[in-house]
Amino acid sequence: MSKLSLAVEVAGLRLRSPLMNAAGVLGMSPPILKRVYDSGAGAVVTKSIGPVPRTGHSNPTLVRVSCGALNAMGLPNPGAEYFVDEVRALKEMGVPVVASFFGGSVEEFAEVASTLSEAGADALELNASCPNVQEELGMLASDAGNVEKVTAAVREETRLPLFVKLSPNVTDIKEIAAAAERGGADAITAVNTLKGMAIDIDFRRPILTNVTGGLSGPAVKPVALRCVWEVAEAVEVPVIGCGGVTTWEDAVEYLLAGASALEIGTAVMTHGFEVYGRVNEGIRRYLEENGFSGIKEVVGLAHQIGEEQDSRADRYSIRV
Amino acid sequence: MHIKSEKNRTVELTDIVSECRDISSLLFRDEETRGAKPGQYLMVWLPGVDEVPMSVSAIDMDGLSRITVREVGEMTVRLNGLSPGDRVGLRGPFGNGYTVQGDKPLFVAGGSGAASLMPLVEEMHRQGTTPTFVLGARSADMLLFVDRLEETLGENLVVSTDDGSRGYSGYASGYIAKLMEEDVFDMVYTCGPELMMAKVYQSAREHGLPIQASLERYVKCAVGLCGNCAIGPYRVCKDGPVFDADMLSEVRDEFGVSQMDASGRVTRVEH
Repeated sequence: MSKLSLAVEVAGLRLRSPLMNAAGVLGMSPPILKRVYDSGAGAVVTKSIGPVPRTGHSNPTLVRVSCGALNAMGLPNPGAEYFVDEVRALKEMGVPVVASFFGGSVEEFAEVASTLSEAGADALELNASCPNVQEELGMLASDAGNVEKVTAAVREETRLPLFVKLSPNVTDIKEIAAAAERGGADAITAVNTLKGMAIDIDFRRPILTNVTGGLSGPAVKPVALRCVWEVAEAVEVPVIGCGGVTTWEDAVEYLLAGASALEIGTAVMTHGFEVYGRVNEGIRRYLEENGFSGIKEVVGLAHQIGEEQDSRADRYSIRV
Repeated sequence: MHIKSEKNRTVELTDIVSECRDISSLLFRDEETRGAKPGQYLMVWLPGVDEVPMSVSAIDMDGLSRITVREVGEMTVRLNGLSPGDRVGLRGPFGNGYTVQGDKPLFVAGGSGAASLMPLVEEMHRQGTTPTFVLGARSADMLLFVDRLEETLGENLVVSTDDGSRGYSGYASGYIAKLMEEDVFDMVYTCGPELMMAKVYQSAREHGLPIQASLERYVKCAVGLCGNCAIGPYRVCKDGPVFDADMLSEVRDEFGVSQMDASGRVTRVEH
């Protein structure tokens, strides 16, 4: 019997597996990303690329915390022009490439998107959670108007599938997701890291050079899963889940919540590159054992029951 | 790896010992470091300055562990300027470490490379193997651990200096090429400047010898996540820092040639 296929189609992009690495994880150089692909990912996501080279923050840039990690790398990247060759190298190796990118202004977002499209990327992921944008944009991901404006500007520059990656650090992620969709996003990636910090009690000061950082790993999974759930209800375009996926059970939860594909990052720290193959196998077994013929059949399934639960919750809630 | 060792903690320095010109050892008590393997490293943090990878140069020597620091920039000058009672932050030990192998191993260290190899020499010596050790430096006053090595290895220690002020005059890598002709070894361990290690690797290859070399790259996360220390398909922080012959062969286009800077741009390996 041939193995059940894990192939998915996300925003016109056909992938052999729903798994990718999360942006910023292992995305610096083609041979390492090739290793992610060889480990079972359907595509790889590059480090977020900006218009000019950035060295990022100085160390410490990572703190290990219970059930995850805090990082403040500071978007180190060699710049879009330089990265063109890296994208080409990956394409020559036969690896599907999602180029993550950011800019400091609407124009810069559009310009970097254009450069990476011409380089031959298969899709783009707009990093809307960028802490580095000019005052013009403020914290991009928390302003629906700006998210729509930037997405629309990028949309004009590229015909590639465009993912917009959102931050969980917002009051209402549904509103932001809808804005990205209006701007022309083909998929929403939910979510980037949760803002957090760690303090050393002997030195009595923050550990990260940047003071605050992004929390990732199992610690954020329930929050990220809820974000995926909400985004899936708010938009028509596919959702790509990201946040603490470590086991195949986590992955299935995300699929049921409405994710069509998944990004895995921090689990590489605890489970190595093998995590991609292991999660693939687990998803396959789950589908087979439960009589499904493909991933598409389980995407968003939990929402049907969710509706019943919502109405029951209404019934028992106290009315004021 | 157990998460406890990966977490940030601070230790109080019990002593700072000058080893030779520009190199000092920092001594401290740390439960996690006591469990280190030879060749593993710690991330050492000085608030407001930097956090850098440092080889463990003594594991549980009378209850104390050490890192050994050569002054090459602000962070290392500040570390060597610390006093007993001062604190440093630690994460780790991290990395794969050396694998104990061979009955007749050859060690080649240059610069501050002996820092990472010393615990391995001591472990092998305890197990009854006395390796041949070629210790190279620019001049006699820069020979790291020369006394500690002489005490352990006796005449199996061979010294070479670039300026000829002690021992063989010339590069350690030149001397070992000669040594491999004269004697039969079954494993080569090397740590030091990358251009030296690249030559040692070349010699080992010519003689069909297995090798373990400890590499250095710009390490940020130390847990295999960010990819900044990549060489070929490997992360020096997690898959390394010790590379065997197969791994070195796979990264031969970059080993001794190029490395990534903090932004991910490729630069030349200068020494």
